[in-house]
Amino acid sequence: MVKMLLMVLVMAVVTFILRMIPLTFLRKKIRSRFLYSLFYYLPYAVLSAMTFPYIFFSTGSLVSGVVGTIVAITVAILSRSLALTAVASCVTVLVVNLLALI
Amino acid sequence: MNTNKNFKPLTFKKGVKDGLPIGLGYFPVSLAFGVTASALSVPVFISIIMSMTNLTSAGQLAGLKIIAIGGSFLQIIFTQLVINSRYFLMSVSLSQKVENVSTIKRMLMSAGITDEIFGVAVSKKEPLTPKYFFGLILCPYIGWVLGTVVGACLGNVLPLVVVNSLGIALYSMFIAIFSNPAIKNKKLGFVVLISTALSCLIYFVPTLNKLLTGVASIVAALIASIIAALLFPVKMEGENG
Repeated sequence: MVKMLLMVLVMAVVTFILRMIPLTFLRKKIRSRFLYSLFYYLPYAVLSAMTFPYIFFSTGSLVSGVVGTIVAITVAILSRSLALTAVASCVTVLVVNLLALI
Repeated sequence: MNTNKNFKPLTFKKGVKDGLPIGLGYFPVSLAFGVTASALSVPVFISIIMSMTNLTSAGQLAGLKIIAIGGSFLQIIFTQLVINSRYFLMSVSLSQKVENVSTIKRMLMSAGITDEIFGVAVSKKEPLTPKYFFGLILCPYIGWVLGTVVGACLGNVLPLVVVNSLGIALYSMFIAIFSNPAIKNKKLGFVVLISTALSCLIYFVPTLNKLLTGVASIVAALIASIIAALLFPVKMEGENG
């Protein structure tokens, strides 16, 4: 139990240090156009690489994963809402998973 | 000096308004996290403390799995460094939008950097003020912790099929963040497509997959961003033409 708690705190410290160092200590504007561009593109690239292909295998069945992904993309583009996108994809996956049980 | 004099400074109230949809979006995702924690028989208070002190989605899920199998400290440190290295990149990005802010306030602001908060903050034309940023963090923090509490308490009650269905929440939230910028901005669309293709390539080619276990996403993103930065360098702030 104590080890679990310590691990959580270690996670928190590591994560905080990663977030804190650049914003706290980088006071100058980046001069290199290449580096500036790299840091402009990276966050979007990381998010998409973390999503695909893992989203397809996140629901216990490939079919519901793929259907859920299509719904997520559609709702995200049409609604621009995080909450609606998350809820719509979860409900879709649940329906597909339940249908598979029948 | 503030170089954007034509803009009104961003207020706390505006931050709260911008943060509310993120907070609502976090609730189902952290609910899924709490449910998963209980399913892995991690004590309720551990998952709640984790959400209160970490405020990360993918990092917490990875940490949870390591804790559940009784992994080592080294394992957990390495995993967090790799998965959350993106916050380091986001923090570099945001450092370019902060002007005349004290060290302590910068540190406090940095604690609230998440994928979604970054996504909103980076899209602001105005310089980021601490007041705005703290307002922006408020609802997402409450939503994240509250969802975890509810999920962790419901975890043992919900049937497996429901738990499985919540697994997609985190990823669909990521899609909601990058899909609209990718459609509006062709350069971002390009980097998203290349990064996705590389990530899938690494995943499905067994040798690459083995070689890059744990860092696959970061490597794919780094290569995609280098290609994009070389092909389409972006205009720097204060640059004419």
